[in-house]
Amino acid sequence: MTALKEELKRQIIDVLNLEDITPADIQDDEALFGEGLGLDSIDALELIVLMDKTYGIKLSDPKKGRDIFQSIETMATYISENRTK
Amino acid sequence: MKKSVFINGIGVVTTQGVWRAEFFSEVRVLDHAITPADQPSYKGLISPGAIRRMSRGMKMGIYAAQQALAEASVTIPDAIVTGTGLGCSEDSDKFLRSLWENEEQFLTPTSFIQSTHNTVAAQIALQLQCKGYNVTYVNGGISFESALLDALLLLQTGEEEHVLLGGVDEIAEQTYAFLQAAGYIKADGIQETVKNNVSPGVNYAEGAQFFSMGASRMTSSYAEMIDVTLQNELEVSETASFLQDFLVANNFRPEDIDAVILGYNGDEKDDLFYNALQQELPLATPLYYKHLSGQYDSCSAFGLAAAAFVLKYQTVPPILYWNEKNPPKTTWKNILLYNQYKGKDHSLVVVRAC
Repeated sequence: MTALKEELKRQIIDVLNLEDITPADIQDDEALFGEGLGLDSIDALELIVLMDKTYGIKLSDPKKGRDIFQSIETMATYISENRTK
Repeated sequence: MKKSVFINGIGVVTTQGVWRAEFFSEVRVLDHAITPADQPSYKGLISPGAIRRMSRGMKMGIYAAQQALAEASVTIPDAIVTGTGLGCSEDSDKFLRSLWENEEQFLTPTSFIQSTHNTVAAQIALQLQCKGYNVTYVNGGISFESALLDALLLLQTGEEEHVLLGGVDEIAEQTYAFLQAAGYIKADGIQETVKNNVSPGVNYAEGAQFFSMGASRMTSSYAEMIDVTLQNELEVSETASFLQDFLVANNFRPEDIDAVILGYNGDEKDDLFYNALQQELPLATPLYYKHLSGQYDSCSAFGLAAAAFVLKYQTVPPILYWNEKNPPKTTWKNILLYNQYKGKDHSLVVVRAC
């Protein structure tokens, strides 16, 4: 799980082009949207594509996304339970 | 009655850096097939949240726009009009590459949203919270002049008071590779200048040039914009009548033109047009600028900045002289600009000292 979290942090920084941020700057339980990392709705779409492309997870229900994308912790848990890749 | 139109502020991000008083005394002649613009620091100007999604064209455009508006002391213009040949081609490249590599799946939204040609003008409007007229012209080598014509009409008719006018084009790896393969851009590794041009193609670059145009003359004013005309296709033999018609329409005689700024880019076929036009203006001092700007669809905006500089400071930077034909002049009143590319997209612009 720790390796998956680190991998996720690196991918998010890369995909969302988060300049001046390193994996160490992102806490596992930090909010990704709003107050925390400050991601927005376009980033959410990028994360949905990331989940599909890298882990084979298709998110069709946007309501689910709110829970899944709360933090690195919640994303990693969902991926480890549902990944097909 | 037509209102007068003035260039009240200039902002650029080019291969020669950003606009400054020493701009033309610190320039270097380009001798590479592709030269990227010298990027300024964008920190403090664009929020970190916004900048991470922006391509170079967007960042350059926002910087140049802010610089032009600041010089003219305009906070929010009434209209934003831009011209671009290829638009945000970096994002277009990115989107098409991902379409190809992922077999039309997993397409991310950011590059798609930002790949449209009007992204720069839109981002500037968002940044400024400008809800006015916002139009981008995409007409190849006369993209900038098309935008200039629109800006001129908006101001001359009194519809608007302040118009932000700009020309932007950015380097995109794949797009420029295609242009190189087609022979438009010189091959990698070749080091030739506009005047020392042997191999096929020309030196390409990128840049953003913005002008704060106003219906009132200000202390910051560079020049008065008189007129612009566009012509899609022209034979070399028709160059004289194209010029003559434009001069007559604006009550100019050939001897009224003190300098003519030509779009020489090193391509022998393009030279024929510029040589023909030059012959019609024997008393005008020929100047050029593409050895400093490089070629890109909206690079003629760099030429307009050069004309404005000469008229404001009443001096011609030596680097701009095309040849030794420099009749001694102490005042520079009227400057004509002529540009075309590969025999198409011809434009004439005339500006006057104010």
